[in-house]
Amino acid sequence: MTAYTATVTVRLKRGVLDPEAETTARALERLGFAIEGLRSADRFEVDLEAEDAGEASARAEEMAERLLANPTIHDYDVEVAER
Amino acid sequence: MTVAVVRFGGSNCDRDAERALDRLGIDAEIVWHEDGLPADTTGIVVPGGFSYGDYLRAGAMAAHSPIMTEVREAAADGVPVLGICNGAQIGCESGLTPGAFTTNESARFQCEHVHLRVERADTPWTAAYEDGEVIELPIAHGEGRYELDDDRLTELEIEGRVLFRYCDADGELTPEANPNGSKHNVAGVLGERESVAVLMPHPERATLSELGATDGRGVLRAFADATES
Repeated sequence: MTAYTATVTVRLKRGVLDPEAETTARALERLGFAIEGLRSADRFEVDLEAEDAGEASARAEEMAERLLANPTIHDYDVEVAER
Repeated sequence: MTVAVVRFGGSNCDRDAERALDRLGIDAEIVWHEDGLPADTTGIVVPGGFSYGDYLRAGAMAAHSPIMTEVREAAADGVPVLGICNGAQIGCESGLTPGAFTTNESARFQCEHVHLRVERADTPWTAAYEDGEVIELPIAHGEGRYELDDDRLTELEIEGRVLFRYCDADGELTPEANPNGSKHNVAGVLGERESVAVLMPHPERATLSELGATDGRGVLRAFADATES
């Protein structure tokens, strides 16, 4: 078994309104930053033991499907690294 | 013959729902989620509140609690299930109903009275109303914006599963009358069975005449009809 950290990034699907990101963008503009867009995402770092990177990735994907993301509004991606 | 009002840690409309049902002459009891559903459950309310502190997403944690498996099984057997506010978020997160209720367009918590148009009056939840009738109920939520991809939402509309839409006092579906930016002004939808419904507004908060509006009574009466039939 090898120790991995699976990083799951959950973001809203394209086209789904993100009011918190819009509010944050407006606040940045008020601070004088010129920006063309802003998207927010949630990142989860899951430490786990697995036989190989493929198994670690598959388990993290199942976590995303079942809880970390809501497939109705979210896309997600998973990256796995040894720790 | 009891309506189970499921209480999670952080539920806060459970007593309101129980009292409202009681005043309508419908037997109801609050059920702690870890205790499971009583054997004589004839209806289920998943009430409003902030279950599990709204961690991750509103309703996401409660949706995966063991009692929701029992609720889904009961729903599949035809037991009426109503999700209100946080209960609506839990209903969608658990797959009882389609779509998702997410952050209001305003990015703020909103507590106000809204008008709703009854989209169809031939369901247990709306039998007390007329088609197109405008009713007034309170909302109190930060994550009530209904989201579903356009194709699925069109399907849902064709199937007649949109129960209530936000409207103005005349029943017009204007952007101004849409408090949270919900797609197509959707405020409440049906599950695969008509006996399963969720909505963000609070019918249980509009049942006692001494507190004002009583337009919510009709929604809760579905439980009385289910018990009688």
